[in-house]
Amino acid sequence: MLETVHLSSILVKKLVEIIDVRINGRGGQGAVTASRLLGEAAIIEGQYVHAFPSFGPERAGAPVTSFARICAEQFTEKTEVYEPHIVVVIDPTLLEAIPVAEGLRDGGTIVVNFEGMKESLMKYFEGVHANIYKVAGSKIALEEIGRNVPNLVMLGALLRVTGLVKLESLLKVTTDRFKGVLGEKNVAAIKRAYEEVE
Amino acid sequence: MVTKVQGMTGDEAVAYAAKLVDPDVVAAYPITPQTIVVERYSDFVNNGEVNSSFIPVESEHSAMSACVGASLTGARVFTATASAGLALMYEILYVASGLRCPIVLAVANRAFSAPINIHGECTDQMVCRDASWVSLFGESAQEAYDETILSFKIAEHKDVLLPTMFGIEGFIVTHALERVETLTKHQVEDFLPAERKVDHRFCPDEVISFGSLVLQDYYMEIKRQQEEAMQRAYLVTKDVMEEFGELSGRKMEVVEKYKLEDADYALVSYGATAGNAKAVVDRLREKGEKVGALKIRLHRPFPSLDVYEALTGIKAATILDRSVTFGSPGTIMQTDISTALYGKENIPSLHGYINGLGGRVLTLPEIEEALEMSKNYNDIGMTSTLDWIGYRK
Repeated sequence: MLETVHLSSILVKKLVEIIDVRINGRGGQGAVTASRLLGEAAIIEGQYVHAFPSFGPERAGAPVTSFARICAEQFTEKTEVYEPHIVVVIDPTLLEAIPVAEGLRDGGTIVVNFEGMKESLMKYFEGVHANIYKVAGSKIALEEIGRNVPNLVMLGALLRVTGLVKLESLLKVTTDRFKGVLGEKNVAAIKRAYEEVE
Repeated sequence: MVTKVQGMTGDEAVAYAAKLVDPDVVAAYPITPQTIVVERYSDFVNNGEVNSSFIPVESEHSAMSACVGASLTGARVFTATASAGLALMYEILYVASGLRCPIVLAVANRAFSAPINIHGECTDQMVCRDASWVSLFGESAQEAYDETILSFKIAEHKDVLLPTMFGIEGFIVTHALERVETLTKHQVEDFLPAERKVDHRFCPDEVISFGSLVLQDYYMEIKRQQEEAMQRAYLVTKDVMEEFGELSGRKMEVVEKYKLEDADYALVSYGATAGNAKAVVDRLREKGEKVGALKIRLHRPFPSLDVYEALTGIKAATILDRSVTFGSPGTIMQTDISTALYGKENIPSLHGYINGLGGRVLTLPEIEEALEMSKNYNDIGMTSTLDWIGYRK
């Protein structure tokens, strides 16, 4: 467990740099919703955003990607993200299926939904110079939400280790999007991931 | 001014802005990547949030036909489409302009088949340039929002009375979440009259005929009237943009000049590409290079004078055109710029680049490469070139 909010070095050095986030998931897991809500959270804080899914012939279960480009200052860039500062892996089976660290910037951050020991996660990232974090996203989602939808759960972990947007902002857009019990369950799951990321 | 900010995709921005306008009639057929506009708007209708009559149709040809019919009754009319849908409307685009129906059309710019492709490209709108429609492009969700509202004011202006279309690129704008500064219903009501002002319309109390046969005797005069209306639309668009700028606090012009004052080289583009061009300008300016960008927001009527003024004194202009034309002497935008500048003093060499077709990304380094190519062409005295970039050779 982390003692304080750890700002990843790339964020501290250049606050006005555009931060590119890539979310790797599988069709149906909510990667698109995750990038959208991350973007909405940044917007309500007054940040500037270009958050978008990569649209192709994806279907349920196939690897899908979404992106969020976030900056405290206005920016006009609208290209796709090839060299993310941050990668979020929503589905642990992607570790075996695709090169999830592809394009990740040197010294960047990667947050994985992973239930095992951290050491066993590290074997997937040999030679990758990055801050690597894990949280048992699926377990938390199953226990708190009752379904394996770890998309927003993973954002909770992401915010803890990057400080990209405030946790409260994410919780606000989550309850705006998901009314009632579902919103509350997602909030509980996000908070738990925020605490349990390591 | 207190500005409210909301996260929206480009399509949502169009729908929310159209909701503030609350047109009398919306007739549309869904097509990717415009679908969200129609979905959201039909939600507004279903929930009673707008007073619009929504006409679900079986094709885009019918959508535009329904729009024409509704417009002739004096209604304020809105529709949206993309790609093949716009092509299917093509016949009726000319009916709309010929009958002087100030319909507003949002285009989610998408590549044409074949091969089938759902992604961003502006050819669909570019090939409508001769249909006597005012035509605008937007760079962002914000511009989509703003252009939705101001298009009605341009189209319905008594000196114009021409249909107006505006385009945003598929997915990269239509489906991307951005920060949008919103307006209130009250602000829009101040900007746009509550109802269209019409002198002649279909109504039960009036004996009137529209769409009659006109042969050699008067057809050409009617076409000439459209051209004169189009010329007036240039001045009206400038005025409307200025007024909208005062209302919204966002300065807008028919062309946007970015760091061009002391520039030797210019990147000329429209739509989302213009955002990337500005990002490249920022990068190169940091290295001390005198580069600027020109964004063309109004394509019809073409703002020849503004483009000339913006590019005068520039050595070489790199024209990034995300539309395709085959066997042409230049890209579509390039041929317009060439004509606008031909014979004038102190003009740049013009280098057109067809790029980004079918959603292909033109990266910032690729834009820098194009700029370098243009400089080299200019150095060896080539004043006009045409290339394709960003494809496998």
